[in-house]
Parts: sequence; C-alpha cells; structure tokens
Amino acid sequence: MTARPNVTITKRDEWVAVCKLSDIVPDTGVCALVHGRQVALFRLHDDSVYAIDNLDPFSKANVLSRGIVGDMKGELVVASPIYKQHFNLLTGQCLEDADVRVAAHAARVDGDTVSVKIN
Amino acid sequence: MNNLQTEKIVVIGNGMIGQRFLEQLVSRAESHPVDVTVFCAEARPAYDRVQLTSFLSGKSAADLNLVPEGFFEHHGIALRLGDKAVAIDRERKVVRSARGHELPYDKLVLATGSYPFVPKVPGTEWQDCFVYRAIEDLEAIRVAAKTAKVGTVIGGGLLGLEAAKALHDLGLKTHVVEFAPRLMAVQLDDSGGRLLRHKIEALGVAVHTSKATKEIVKGTTCRYKLLFADGSELETDLIVFSAGIRPRDQLAKAAGLTIGERGGIAVNDHCQTNDPNIYALGECALWSGRLYGLVAPGYQMAEVTARHLTGETDARFPGADMSTKLKLLGVDVASIGDAHGVAPDALNYVFTDEASGIYKKLVVSGDRKRLLGAVLVGEADDYGSLLQLTLNAIALPEHPEDLILPAREGGASKGMGVDALPDAALICSCNNVSKGALCCAVADGATSLGALKKNTKAATTCGGCAPLVKQILDAQLKKQGVDVKNYLCEHFDYSRQELFHLTRVGGLKTFDQIISKHGKGRGCDICKPAVAGILAACWNEFVLKPKHAPLQDTNDYYLANMQKDGTYSIVPRVPGGEITPEKLIVMGEVAKKFGLYTKITGAQRIDLFGARVEQLPLIWKELVDAGFESGHAYGKALRTVKSCVGSTWCRFGVQDSVTMAVNVENRYRGLRSPHKLKMAVSGCTRECAEAQGKDVGIIATEKGWNLYVCGNGGIKPRHADLLVKDIDDATLIKYIDRFLMFYIRTGDRLQRTATWLDNLEGGIDYVRKVVCEDSLGLGAELEADMQRFVDTYECEWKKAINDPETLKRFHHFVNSDAPDSNVVFVAERGQIRPAREDEREGEPEAVV
Repeated sequence: MTARPNVTITKRDEWVAVCKLSDIVPDTGVCALVHGRQVALFRLHDDSVYAIDNLDPFSKANVLSRGIVGDMKGELVVASPIYKQHFNLLTGQCLEDADVRVAAHAARVDGDTVSVKIN
Repeated sequence: MNNLQTEKIVVIGNGMIGQRFLEQLVSRAESHPVDVTVFCAEARPAYDRVQLTSFLSGKSAADLNLVPEGFFEHHGIALRLGDKAVAIDRERKVVRSARGHELPYDKLVLATGSYPFVPKVPGTEWQDCFVYRAIEDLEAIRVAAKTAKVGTVIGGGLLGLEAAKALHDLGLKTHVVEFAPRLMAVQLDDSGGRLLRHKIEALGVAVHTSKATKEIVKGTTCRYKLLFADGSELETDLIVFSAGIRPRDQLAKAAGLTIGERGGIAVNDHCQTNDPNIYALGECALWSGRLYGLVAPGYQMAEVTARHLTGETDARFPGADMSTKLKLLGVDVASIGDAHGVAPDALNYVFTDEASGIYKKLVVSGDRKRLLGAVLVGEADDYGSLLQLTLNAIALPEHPEDLILPAREGGASKGMGVDALPDAALICSCNNVSKGALCCAVADGATSLGALKKNTKAATTCGGCAPLVKQILDAQLKKQGVDVKNYLCEHFDYSRQELFHLTRVGGLKTFDQIISKHGKGRGCDICKPAVAGILAACWNEFVLKPKHAPLQDTNDYYLANMQKDGTYSIVPRVPGGEITPEKLIVMGEVAKKFGLYTKITGAQRIDLFGARVEQLPLIWKELVDAGFESGHAYGKALRTVKSCVGSTWCRFGVQDSVTMAVNVENRYRGLRSPHKLKMAVSGCTRECAEAQGKDVGIIATEKGWNLYVCGNGGIKPRHADLLVKDIDDATLIKYIDRFLMFYIRTGDRLQRTATWLDNLEGGIDYVRKVVCEDSLGLGAELEADMQRFVDTYECEWKKAINDPETLKRFHHFVNSDAPDSNVVFVAERGQIRPAREDEREGEPEAVV
C-alpha cells in the first residue's frame, strides 16, 4: 500500500457521476473517489449538493465528509470532526484561519445522479 | 533577595489568617521587596479549618489545603514546617525556634491563632478526651470512634454542634453538654435556641443544658462517666471538648507585649502591638477590647497588616461584623448584628412555625426604619439580604414583618433587589468582597457563578453569600445586556436547559420541528449534537434514524470513537468490569482477525483501535453474536460503572459491589446526558473503585450505601460530595434516578456534573433537597422519565447491523469499495499504530 496517492489530479473540466442523490442522507456528506482524489460531497435539506476536498488540512486525515453541516453567520459550513474547524462549503475557506483553504469543486444533481467536476 | 533595602519579615503561624497575610503581602511585594520566613508549628501548611468536619466525610487533607502549589517556592518564602517559635528577643530583634535557630527580623507578624479551652476539671487527661481543632485531632477521634458507642461533646456553641455532627456521622450515640441554659448562647435567643434543640434532638442527638462538668471518672456501662455539678451523671466512651477558644498569646506575653485582661495580644487599628515592629492578627489579637473567633475579621486584619507593612500608613482595621450563617446538624442557623436586641429602644418581630420548625426574629430600631439584627433557625435563605439591610442601614419597607413572613402565591416579592445595595456593600465577609468588586469581575468576563467564585474568591469559604452573589451576577449581566451568554449558539436564543424543557413539554420529536419553532437558520455542529442529546434523553429513539443521523457528531454517527487518523476505536460494554473468559477470548479473536490495536482502558474496559469505517459493522456483527453490547464510549452518555471485587471475594468488603455495579450499569446504559457520565461502586471505605472521582459514586457501608455525586477526574479533579448516607438498594436507585434526570434536565451543553454543581445556586444542599427531600415535587416525574428510558433501551449496534439502510453509510467511498489509502499503520511492540508524518515519506513499512 502506498502513502497518500490521492493528491495527483489526472483530469479536470470533466463531470464525473459519482452516486445517486438517495445515496446521501439529507444534511450529511459522503466521500467520493474522483480521479483518485477524495472529495467530500454534501447534500443539504433542499437537495442542493456541494463538494470540497475530503482531506482535513489540520489533522491530515480524510474525514471532512463525516463532519456536521450547518450555517454560521450566513455561510454554509461543515465542521471537521477531528478538531472542529469550519470550512465554507462553496469556497473551502476555513473560518477560523484565513490562511487555510481546501479546494472546492463543482457539484450538481441531474435527475437522481450526483456529479462532481474537479476544479 | 537579601539586600540592604529588603525588609526581613518573620511570620509566626501558618493557619488560615497567616496564609492570607502572606498572599496579601506577596501581591504587594513588587513595589516593596521583602524577605519572608514563616514558622509553622503544625506538620502541614495552612488548611481550611472552617471545613474541618468534611475531613470525616471523605475530604482528604489535600482537599482542605489552602496553599497554592509552589506558593512558597515561587515567592521565595522560607517555610519552617514543624518548627515552633519559642521566644522573641525584642532588644536584638530575633526570634528563636524550638530547633535552636535564631532569625533576625525587621518586622514580626504574630498569627498564632488560638487553642481550644479545656475546663480544669479532674479527668480531662483520660486518653479518650479530645479537642476539635486540627486535622490530627479529627484523625484521633476517628480512630477512637471505631471502638466507641457513645460520644459526648462538652460545649453547645458553634464548634460544639459541629463536633456533635461529626460524632453523629461516625455512628456514635451523641450527647451535647452545655453550661448555659440554651444552645448557641452567644448567637441565639431563648426561642431560637429551643427550636434548634428540638431539631437536633429529633435527629437522635441528646442535649443537656445548664450542666457544669465537675469530674470525669471511670464509667460502668461506658468507658467514662461525667459527673455534673447538679449531681446528675452521663456515661460516655469518648469526650470532645469544644467549650470555646483562647488566644495563643504566651509567646507575646513572655516578650513583654501588652496582653488583655482576659487574654489576647492588644493591637491598634493598624494591627500593631505596643511594639510598632510587631503585628498581631486573627484569633490571637485583641482589638478594641474584642477577640474575633471567626475567619472573616482575621482576613481583614491580614489585609490591613500587609498594606500597613508595605507603606500604606493609613490602612486601618475598622472592626468587623460577627454575623454568621451555618448549617448545624442539618439545621440552618443564622445570627445577624444585634441578635439579642440590646439597643435601648429596639423592637422585635417574631415569626414561629412549629409545624415546619422555623423561627425568625427581626430586631429593628425604635423608629422602625432600620434593621439592627436578626435570628433565623430552620430556614436561613434570607440571611444575605437581611445582613445587607443591617450593614448598609438601608431603609426598611413599610411592613418589616414581610421580610420574615413566608411569601404566599400572588403576594408581592419580599425583601429587596440587589440593585438597592451600594457598591461598597460587603457581600462576602469571609473574603472581603464588595458588590462593586463583584460587578467589576462580571464586567471583566466572569459571567458564570463558577468563574465569579474563582476570580473573586467570593462564596468560597462558608458559602453563605452564594445566593446573593448569584443575584448580583444575574442583575449585572442583565444590565450589560449579556444575559445571552448561555444561549446554545447563534441558532437558538435558549440555553440547553430551556430547550430541553421546550422539547419535552412541546412533545417535539425532531430537530427540524425544534429549530423551526424555537430557532433560526439551519443549525450547526454546536446545536445539532446538543439537540440530538436532548431528543435521546426525552424520547430515546434510535440515534441513527435518518431524521436524527445528521445531528450526530461523527462518533455517534458511526457509533465508534474517531481517532486522529480517521480510523475508529471500539469499546464493547463490560458491565462493572466483569467479563467471562469466553468473552475475553472472543474479543481477542476479533482483535486478531481485524488487526486491531488492543488496550485496557482506565475504566475497566477493552478498547480496540484502528478499525476502518467499513470494518465497523463486520467487527460488531461478531461481537454482538458473542453477546456484547455497545459501550457508548462514543456518546455523551453513561460510559462505565467501575467496581472493586467487593464482599464476594475481598476479605474487607462489606457489600457486593460488583452486583451493584452490574445492575447500575445495565440500568443506565446508553443514557444520553449533557456530557459523559462515569460511575463507580466500592465495596468498602477503602474505596478501591475510586468512586469519589466519578459523577456518581457509590460506597458500601455496614448499613447500606453512601451516595456521592459530582466528582470528576481529568483536567480539574474534584472530589465528589456526599449526598446521603447508609441507604438501601431501592433508595439508592431512586435517588440516582432523580439525580441523573435532574442533571439531564438542567445541565448546560457539555457541562459535567462537577461544573454543574459549582454553578448551581445552593450547591449540594439544594441538590439534596431536590433529590432526597423532593423539595420541587418532581421526584415521581423524574423517576418515571428514567423508567421510560430504561424500558425502551436497545443496543444501538445490534440495531445498526440489522438495518440495511444504516449499514449503507459504513463505507469510506460512496462510489468505490476501496479503503482509504491514507490510513497507514506501522508496528510497535507487536501491535499497530498510526504512522507518523515522517514515517509516511518514501515507502513506509506498512502493515495492515
């Protein structure tokens, strides 16, 4: 087993279908493997979907998809389950530390299919 | 340290007052460098003598310690522990110690305190005669009580009744012998004393007043016999003298300092003796013809002396109020100001309720404008406000009697608001904290009762002012517009307690219902898990139901504990720490099969680490098949009930602690609460299960169980408080039901029981009233809530592995069966551990 293979991006600008909308419990996230990259994919109560990197930059663990989603001061966020920093679901910006941002990716629902495009 | 400008200060005595003086001195030492040496005749530095009796109910000497860790070292103070100062040479300005040391001083401070008065009657030298002053005295009493049946206290004053409580708690048939015609003759009037006597006698303590002890001789039914002047006798096995204290002034007397006619080192307003280089403070000092036997005036003297010594020449001791409030043998007693109404035109208002055992008296000025004093027996909740009325000479309401008449429904609120108090009003007289100082501390950010106590020391000695401190806190927060501070988060303008109530009363079953009705926005990682906990405590539905699942912290979401690398650990329930070899083998087999790191936890369970999210159901399938249940190590819930092996095997055990622990753990397993809950059961007073460090601690006695609550280990250890003694199994369960449900209803988010108690107005006494006396009338409801929870319990893992919808979530990827390649382990001591950063570079030796 090799260490951390998931940081190389092979293809961009391409929508990849990853799962059905019903595969995600509303207001929770799942992790999708997109071109070898781990993407945290969230479905909110209104069936809108958001995608950011799954790697938590603080703990270096692939866990952001397992965080609690919600809103803080009007921003849609997920809280890292390890040290509880919040990340904006649209931009990947960390709310507690202006210097930290995870990559945000495009996500869409087409019928019952959820797709992600790596940015 | 020791240069020409530095003043040499020698302090004799390291009791409560001596220690307070040192603290006051070093807080001023920056501007005024000093070289300090302290003599302490006792074997240990300052401890809390006010709480001395708690030493017998489980507090240790360390709990009573008043000296912050490293205090002497940090401030460069030389402490001569166990070395007694034996002579003062004022000519040469040196102090000589018992060990023969001579120490020069520029300024000498006498804080020698007092000694217990033992009447000069024949027989006081018998070996079972004790005084009640130091930790060593209590240790000796405890040992003697083991072989005694009857104990007698000579002296029916404050300390005497305190000692009587101690003997009573040690299981002795207890007698109190008082020379005066009533108990607490100094503080109470005849009626108050009589009521107190009835209440104490109702507890089984015999009271004998107007008795002068003439001699102590060998007894016939007991070890000794007390002979009284009136010809009567009393048989007893041990005797505690608590007939007042006398100032320890011999050293000063020998040095030629002025001593009062009836003892005490005479001091002026600056606490100086007739030798201006020598100060005296506390119980050994005689100021304006008065000796003070309370801690609060001593603290004031300590401050005055420290200020005067460091150049504040106008620092003066103004005299002190002798008002006092305390609980004697469970009876609230308070005395304020001119309790006997000695002022020439004083008028009395008296309220007596013999049914409830309450006596209250107000002494007011002839013009009925000012409160001069008061006596309260049986109920002293109004002590704080009545004291403030007296001290600040605040105008009385038109009908002063309203202040002591019970409030009836619909009646106007009695008393006065704290807003009426001036900033200078002294709220905590033990620690000299004014209303102004409390308000400043609140403005500086001490916005909880716990923080306010910590920052100002208010309400930390006798605790009598705690309700008033709380009122000032609330009023001040309201003024600052910061009464929002215990709102859950930006989505709810309610505290957890309020939200619990709204959820329960409103019958609300989902987060969406609650937030749409009582909140705003979509929620966050603060309110969602808190509401999940409330819902679980109210309705006990499966936490992974789709409508509840998004609320759960990742630990609850995957029913396991997330570790730093994103893997999980698994802790099956092992009730009471009791496990069969067969089950132990299953755990070993499972750990081996899945390559899990295995460790015994501090709470008598086994933790299996390094499970990937997709492995969790497979592992639990095997565990559940072998009869294991979820241990809820992931939840804000009951974790574990630790136990010692108890009377079944142990030659010291007096009760079956393991059976009790297993029963208790099975009753409360899975109970969701504001924070995690830990319990323990010990089979005897040796306390091998460390129950006093738990939220609920149960310790076996010969007669049943002692129940302790609100202990804590962790970052801020706290010994649990004794809630109730010697109860049977059924009462124990009933009280734990009530206690836990009361905490679950009223606790704040992530507030352990220890912090909850520290912030609870009324503290442990209030909890005792609610739980044991059912003062809120909630007992049956709390028990019913708990029973409903117990009846609806289901193992969450058993449910999860049989529910395909839930199982779908246990994959790392939604679109692949691959594991997370970022999880890398290396071997250490024959097991796995997560790879460190540097071990991941290159090609690590990975084992899976």
